[in-house]
Amino acid sequence: MQAKKRYLISLLTGAFLVVLFYFGGGVPGPAATGSRSRHGYNRPEQPWPHFSDPLQHLSPWDHSDTEEYNVHISPRQKRDVNSSVYKGKRCRMQSCFDFSLCQRNGFKVYVYPQQKGEKISESYQNILSTIEGSRFYTSDPGQACLFVLSLDTLDRDQLSPQYVHNLKTKVQSLPLWNNGRNHLIFNLYSGTWPDYTEDLGFDIGQAMLAKASISTENFRPNFDVSIPLFSKEHPRTGGDRGYLKYNTIPPFRKYMLVFKGKRYLTGIGSDTRNALYHVHNAEDVVLLTTCKHGKDWQKHKDARCDKDNAEYEKYDYREMLHNSTFCLVPRGRRLGSFRFLEALQAACVPVMLSNGWELPFSEVIDWNTAAVIGDERLLLQIPSTVRSIHQDKILALRQQTQFLWEAYFSSVEKIVLTTLEIIQDRVLQQTSRSNLMWNSHPGGLFTLPQYSSYLGDFPFFYSKLGIKPNPRFTAVIHAVTPLVSQSQPILKLLVSVARSQYCAQIIVLWNCDKPLPAKHRWPATSVPIIVIEGENKVMSSRFQPYDSIISDAVLSLDEDTVLSTTEVDFAFTVWQSFPERIVGYPARSHFWDNNKERWGYTSKWTNDYSMVLTGAAIYHRYYHFLYTNFLPSSLKSMVDQLANCEDILMNFLVSAVTKLPPIKVTQKKQYKETMMGQSSRASRWADPDHFAQRQTCMNKFASWFGVMPLVHSQMRLDPILFKDQVSILRKKYREIERL
Amino acid sequence: MCASVKYGSRGPALIPRMKTKHRIYYITLFSVVLLGLIATGMFQFWPHSIESSAEWSLDRRSVHDAPLVRIPMSSPIPERGDLSCRMHTCFDVYRCGYNPKNKIKVYIYPLQRFVDEVGVPISSTGLSREYNDLLSAISDSDFYTDDVSRACLFIPSIDVLNQNSLRIRETAQALAMLPRWDKGMNHLLFNMLPGGPPDYNTALDVPRDRALLAGGGFSTWTYRQGYDVSIPVYSPLSAEVDLPERQPGPRRYFILSSQTAIHREYRVELERLKEENGEALLLLDKCSNLSQGLASVRKRCYKGQVYDYPQILQESSFCVVLRGARLGQATLSDVLQAGCVPVIMADSYILPFSEVLDWKRASVVIPEEKLPEMYTILKSIPHRQVEEMQRQARWFWEAYFSSMKAIGMTTLQIINDRIYPYAARTYEEWNNPPVVKWTSVNSPLFLPLIPPRSPGFTAVVLTYDRIESLFRVITEISKVPSLAKLLVVWNNQNKSPPEGYKCSMISEGLTSFFFLSRSECINKFASVFGTMPLKVVEHRADPVLYKDDFPEKLKSFPNIGSL
Repeated sequence: MQAKKRYLISLLTGAFLVVLFYFGGGVPGPAATGSRSRHGYNRPEQPWPHFSDPLQHLSPWDHSDTEEYNVHISPRQKRDVNSSVYKGKRCRMQSCFDFSLCQRNGFKVYVYPQQKGEKISESYQNILSTIEGSRFYTSDPGQACLFVLSLDTLDRDQLSPQYVHNLKTKVQSLPLWNNGRNHLIFNLYSGTWPDYTEDLGFDIGQAMLAKASISTENFRPNFDVSIPLFSKEHPRTGGDRGYLKYNTIPPFRKYMLVFKGKRYLTGIGSDTRNALYHVHNAEDVVLLTTCKHGKDWQKHKDARCDKDNAEYEKYDYREMLHNSTFCLVPRGRRLGSFRFLEALQAACVPVMLSNGWELPFSEVIDWNTAAVIGDERLLLQIPSTVRSIHQDKILALRQQTQFLWEAYFSSVEKIVLTTLEIIQDRVLQQTSRSNLMWNSHPGGLFTLPQYSSYLGDFPFFYSKLGIKPNPRFTAVIHAVTPLVSQSQPILKLLVSVARSQYCAQIIVLWNCDKPLPAKHRWPATSVPIIVIEGENKVMSSRFQPYDSIISDAVLSLDEDTVLSTTEVDFAFTVWQSFPERIVGYPARSHFWDNNKERWGYTSKWTNDYSMVLTGAAIYHRYYHFLYTNFLPSSLKSMVDQLANCEDILMNFLVSAVTKLPPIKVTQKKQYKETMMGQSSRASRWADPDHFAQRQTCMNKFASWFGVMPLVHSQMRLDPILFKDQVSILRKKYREIERL
Repeated sequence: MCASVKYGSRGPALIPRMKTKHRIYYITLFSVVLLGLIATGMFQFWPHSIESSAEWSLDRRSVHDAPLVRIPMSSPIPERGDLSCRMHTCFDVYRCGYNPKNKIKVYIYPLQRFVDEVGVPISSTGLSREYNDLLSAISDSDFYTDDVSRACLFIPSIDVLNQNSLRIRETAQALAMLPRWDKGMNHLLFNMLPGGPPDYNTALDVPRDRALLAGGGFSTWTYRQGYDVSIPVYSPLSAEVDLPERQPGPRRYFILSSQTAIHREYRVELERLKEENGEALLLLDKCSNLSQGLASVRKRCYKGQVYDYPQILQESSFCVVLRGARLGQATLSDVLQAGCVPVIMADSYILPFSEVLDWKRASVVIPEEKLPEMYTILKSIPHRQVEEMQRQARWFWEAYFSSMKAIGMTTLQIINDRIYPYAARTYEEWNNPPVVKWTSVNSPLFLPLIPPRSPGFTAVVLTYDRIESLFRVITEISKVPSLAKLLVVWNNQNKSPPEGYKCSMISEGLTSFFFLSRSECINKFASVFGTMPLKVVEHRADPVLYKDDFPEKLKSFPNIGSL
């Protein structure tokens, strides 16, 4: 009965429609037909008619122009005119920065000495000590290229307790101020209620600004640096890692889009937040606001406040942050907010609603790869926009948030160093980083352009460029004992390494006090042997970026290492698959010693390892450059004084860069702890202090890095068919199995 | 434990079950409505489409047919460009709206011939061939709409590519007379040669309110970052001369300077460099003995010796692109076309499409002041990088410089990317030449993460019909503590998976046929991928201490080695 009725109704509707179409013709859609005919017959406008007349060419070579130009203006004068005209808000590097100061000594940064009685906030203190601890620091203003004030300029909100008064006169009285030329001023907050201007309250002259919440209107491109807003608790070094522990596929989380924050009701920055409730659906889009902030919130409260406040209390901010795919980051009173970094760390893709905010480090970071840049005017479209983003894209965005957080934002040190590196890139011009170096792992701070301007010279970009590393290696043997007999291990090592089909050359680094042995004492090999006398004969010289190292791979060897040609060959083929990691033989491990509350070092046979010692390891030659130029002299001199720990430091460095463990490959002679003490091993291993020193080193290094960069691994790479029960003749690396 | 996917004997029913009688009823009704619709549609559309296409074919129209518009003397003049304009302040995003394709709609004004009160045209050249090409390309593209009310971006048909041919005041008045001008909101002007003597400003001098400017030759002081688009100066030689792509590698000359209009001061410095470095440098100038005209554009001379331009550019590794009166130089396009690495010396110049192109990979930018050091700077660049830059330079020309169409499409795509940033083209899409796109690997899981054991893993077991071994696999694998989920894929379409534990005995071992079909698969897949994505390695991962002479009970994975 019911069904019949339904059919009847649908039949009638259908019939009615048909009738309308046939007989009504224009009745249901007069507008549609009307407009069509207008387009059809009134064609002259549309589309662009592809004129076929012989038209005149555009001639970009205008000779009369250039002749006149030649007569009138000298380009040198023109440059001078530019630099005198474009000042203040129109400052650019060309007009407001003196490059000549940087030419003599490179990019050096001077920090004014702190004056007595000047209060400096903790955050600013962190900034200053980071600069003082960095490799850019100089204490001599005569050598400096960039100057940083010791007056706290971070908080320029007049109502703030941190506000420094009379900054104007204090700055003007600085002897080196020079109207702010080559100065860098850090600032987090400027202006105050009600208009929150971006004025710092003193004349910055020609100084550069490294400022949070800077707007595109006030931002001077390639001159200022936009930095993120960070809290007082932001760690000075190291910093927490991102919260993403593993990828999930599909990448959706419990919530699609969340926000929890204040609502301002009136004044600047209130529009967007007041409208958020339109988009809130209490299911997967949860946007919560509260009016309850400030002393007299009751006075301004509107009709929605009580309802909003109640809803606000129901959710936990942290829980939402960690369980949402996207996080809304609307502007506050100022353009930037803490929420931006919080979302980034939580791997919650930020959805920016802050029109006109010049995003942090926008000069180098491609934010489209890690955030969704929305438009405040299109708030209501945001849910459908984020829903339209494909899963693959979400996966990529989320991983990029983690990369960026760890590369540039997780500590004050990283923020400051990124700022300095950006300015250095501008100063050095030809040797500056390309976009790819900044935006892909391991990031700009670990990719030093002074090493090479070619991406293919670094270990990180091979697969991105679709190229392979150079198929040969250079062996660097660290020699510390004089050459007395022909049966010394170093000579055997030389012969077996030279026999490797991948060996390009062997460098013997002579770090022995005795003079160089005569040329004929070295065995005759098919590859060239280059003997280099170590600079000052210190430990760190084994990681010098020698010009004679021509291959991408370096095989680092101790003089007493015992390796067969097969082992060398196998290790190298493995390295070709993992060019950014250390691949080698002697594995060691670190652990947290709960009793002593410090890191421990162990050489025991265990099921895992986190270091591969450089007594027999292959790694990319870039790490020589990084070791020498990136690490602070304090750590390097410690290594030199102890004549120990250089291998640990190298492992720290490489793991800090790659965030991955090294790779142990299998070897023929199994290490026995008893062998360590044998007389054939070098004396330094026999020294009981040696081991204790290594414990100390571990802790010293970890404190400089701010975190423990080493990562454990349980994996060893063996040749395929290793110890399998098949004929030995079928095995390519059969030597490795023979004891 | 034995999770298996079950299907009914029939496929899932799409149409809900109903009685046959009713079904016929429905089908008939549906067909009647459908037929009616088709008939109506044909009746309504057919005649019109024939008519309009006929008209379209007749549409070979001349510029002289365009209506003449007289500009009154007192007609309003737009304000000068506002330097603080940004997309969020001067651009009306509501016009663009939300659409699933994330594509802006572009409207082109019909051509009009503007003249002043006495009948003198506002431009000495009128519509140039290049601007016509540009507008034609846009009107053929997906961006184009002929519906002015749906448009997000408006392009005037007033040609302002070359400021020299314009009467500034009248052009500005003409712009303001456009029906949708509205303070220049969402209007896009293309200009390649800005400024004029003696100052040569770096942006178009025509007052233009809030209109966006796609300009060739912006300096950092006139370019509104994120609002304007910096475009190249188109070189007519791009279309005239066909330079075959050369393999990257060393060239006969190291540095070549081919520009004819170099300031005296700079020419002196270049000559000094030439003296110091001899044959590595080739310093060309215009030919004084040849007659003026087009021929002189294609010839260059050095000490009486004549060279063909732009072919000679292919003979050098680096080619100098020095600023002239203007910052943007058409030579840049020729140099890129020749696959020569441009050495750009134009302080404060905003490089073409710098918003998306990574010029560091295709060029060397040297401050004008450092011209004397050019040779040493270039010598320090690694060979492999020079080769990559040569390839990259050529690719930039092919993709973004080679025609007015390429320039126009790139400009629109950049603006499109700003309006729909979440659908923007990526760095790789903009910058990687096809060779790199094919060979490079961009892993979707690029973050170096060592995941914890806690979430475990999902085991996927593919099975055809070997039940016994399937159950053995399942039993073994379910002993693993980190197993979180087990998924069995039943790959036999002729048989349904077993219910319960009813298993059939299947003979062990793989037939040779099986191997054959697998190798066919590999070839098939490789041909689909275009390359062989599989790589051969000689190592395998074992646990540390694997098969080592070490007490078994102390090993993390004891029974792996002992089998």
